[in-house]
Amino acid sequence: MSFKRPEPVQVVKQRRDGALNALVHGVPYVQFLGIEFDRRGDELTALMPFDEKLIGNPMLPALHGGAIAGFLETTAVIGLAWSVLWEDIESGNIDTEELAIGHLPRLPKTIDFNVDYLRSGLPRDAYARAKVNRSGRRYASVHVEAWQDQRGKLFAQATGHFLMPVGEDD
Amino acid sequence: MNSKKAEMAEQFISAIPHCKALGMKLTGIGDGFAEMELPYDLRIVGDPETGVLHGGAVSALMDTCCGAAAMSHPASPATTATIDLRIDYMRAATPGQTIRTRAECYHITRSVAFVRATALDDDPDRPVATAAGAFTVGGLK
Repeated sequence: MSFKRPEPVQVVKQRRDGALNALVHGVPYVQFLGIEFDRRGDELTALMPFDEKLIGNPMLPALHGGAIAGFLETTAVIGLAWSVLWEDIESGNIDTEELAIGHLPRLPKTIDFNVDYLRSGLPRDAYARAKVNRSGRRYASVHVEAWQDQRGKLFAQATGHFLMPVGEDD
Repeated sequence: MNSKKAEMAEQFISAIPHCKALGMKLTGIGDGFAEMELPYDLRIVGDPETGVLHGGAVSALMDTCCGAAAMSHPASPATTATIDLRIDYMRAATPGQTIRTRAECYHITRSVAFVRATALDDDPDRPVATAAGAFTVGGLK
């Protein structure tokens, strides 16, 4: 009888977190905004901790629309890349050690990005989740929702279209 | 637009922390239009392999410039917030080059300012990105 023992949980977590870390920390702009990702299984939640340099209106004060757009776009691109990479990470097709030393896979390119500003961004931490509505060989469509204190009370949402990186065999 | 108002606009924008952090500069402003620049900076690179700037930084530049154009319209009470903004990325900006953008408020009602913008690098014939958005006339609510 052939029964493959499940891998120890630490091995699984290390591989997944290693891949995610490489993806997130390899991009200078993502570091500039201070964005981190929280992972539960394959579900990602992006976190942008409040920082003075994210302020766009010092009178209110409120987050800058551009910082919010950057946060949502990052959430969409990482979320999309992650959903495509997931299979490869799980099957071991991707060498996570290579990822860790900066050999990142090509990321999807933004074709267009449309942000709705629903309420002003408060000077607090912000969270966002991406949903890949369509992911084809060449094009993908991703929707992102962002909130602060209450999950059900979005302060911004966005839809973007992306060009998928061309594979080796294309 | 008189030079005093233009000077105020410049001071207003240079006081925005996010714009300061990105090194944005207002280079021109008049009735219903604004021009801004974003110098190349390694901290805001989106693709470390090619050194191309992240789309988010270009978004921030265009959002600010569109907001400035909306506020500078004679019919605006000089305060605004973004309702929505759509950006089309035509091509990667050439690494090392400053991004320049010009926004114009082409229509304004009592409540909404309609604005569009184009972003260029050193090649004036091939835009890097275009933006179109709606802005509030006065504050939110």
